Amino acid sequence: MTAPADKIAVERLTAIFGKTEVLRSVTTSIPAMSVTAIIGPSGCGKSTFLRCLNRMHELTPGARVEGSILLDGQDVQGRDVDPVHLRRRVGMVFQRPNPFPTMSVLDNVSSGLRLNGIKGDHQATVEQCLRQAALWDEVKDRLRAPAISLSGGQQQRLCIARALAVAPEVLLMDEPTSALDPIATAKVEDLIHELKARYTIVIVTHNMQQAARVSDQTAFLYMGELVEVGATEQIFTNPREPRTEDYVTGKFG
Amino acid sequence: MAKTHIDKSYEAELGALREQLLEMGGLVEAAIAGSVRAVVERDAVLADLVIRKDKTVNRMEVDIDGACRRILALRQPAASDLRFITTALKIVTDLERMGDLAVNIARRAVDLAQAPALQPLHDLGRLAALSEAALAKALDAFVTADPVKAEEVLEADDHLDALYLKIFNHLLTTMMEDPRTIRRATSLMFSAKHLERFGDHATNLAEMVIFMVRGTDVRHSKNKA
Repeated sequence: MTAPADKIAVERLTAIFGKTEVLRSVTTSIPAMSVTAIIGPSGCGKSTFLRCLNRMHELTPGARVEGSILLDGQDVQGRDVDPVHLRRRVGMVFQRPNPFPTMSVLDNVSSGLRLNGIKGDHQATVEQCLRQAALWDEVKDRLRAPAISLSGGQQQRLCIARALAVAPEVLLMDEPTSALDPIATAKVEDLIHELKARYTIVIVTHNMQQAARVSDQTAFLYMGELVEVGATEQIFTNPREPRTEDYVTGKFG
Repeated sequence: MAKTHIDKSYEAELGALREQLLEMGGLVEAAIAGSVRAVVERDAVLADLVIRKDKTVNRMEVDIDGACRRILALRQPAASDLRFITTALKIVTDLERMGDLAVNIARRAVDLAQAPALQPLHDLGRLAALSEAALAKALDAFVTADPVKAEEVLEADDHLDALYLKIFNHLLTTMMEDPRTIRRATSLMFSAKHLERFGDHATNLAEMVIFMVRGTDVRHSKNKA
């Protein structure tokens, strides 16, 4: 097996909110068609890191970024890069399921296509995305029902289907199962395993066992710094950095 | 061990497991010392005591196994904790086996005590001292998480093997000179073999300690016969 090519290369990424440096000179790479987990205590910069990757970070007033993020070799912060187009390539799934509540299941999935001005019959795409999100069998007879009528776990998979509809290359997941029960969580984790054949996935999670279960590579962030990044197995069985060791074993820092 | 787990009950569980392993190691150390003393001093009563005490070692193996399984299931240990638990699971198997070797020697001691003494048994006593020291040092390396001490155990095993070979050849000569000694000499030969095996188990423990501390596997790294 050859090592997978890097989909994203982050170089000396520093993220600043007002006067606070939330990320300090983070350099790492994210291999294509694999799952990278970001772990670390609250406030370590995990979510900020994720949001920098599709420039959601810049939507916060007073936020700025230094360093570079190369997506397939191209800096996502370039002047010629349209952030809306970027976010189509780099999709995102959030902590709490956030479907458009009154919209039907079908319209939720096709909303991204319509917003992007893609015309035509979206039925086939919707079915394909719902299948990819492992939700089709559960909703195929109620595609016209409002999204709010689905369970929390179904809503989250609906959001994943919605993110997939615009054919992204990278999927960012910010604590995608923290509001779900263990069974719904297992379904989403199973889905992540399926999706990595087609997408590059970056997942932020507080649940270290989840990172261990779903990811190929794990990065440990602490107080805005990238302490260690490595194969998930190595991080959880034999980390190199004492701070990683303390974090994964649950010791005082 | 400057840093402790945030969850104090978890810290206590790991500490208790470490204590149990040490206690079991201590019992096995005493067993091997007692069994060889029973051979050398022709003390069948002491031999019998060693045999009976092995029940405790066996029970501890089961208890420690259970404690490890419980921690794996309930705590999902990671990194050095994970290596500690998986090491503990393997260490108990070796310790239990070492206890059995002491029992085997004790059984020979009962047998030997009933026949006339064969010869001075300095070398057997020395072999026992080396085996005991190997276990003591391996356990010490385990408690203090000291891979350097563990490496010393690995190195010392060569002396143990050499001394065993010397005893073996000596007993072989004795038997050839006087076939009436065969039964007793064979018992002594088995005892020596058990001690040599005991040393090999101590080597296993030392290798596990090195893995536990450094996370690198040193088993089968040199071509042993």
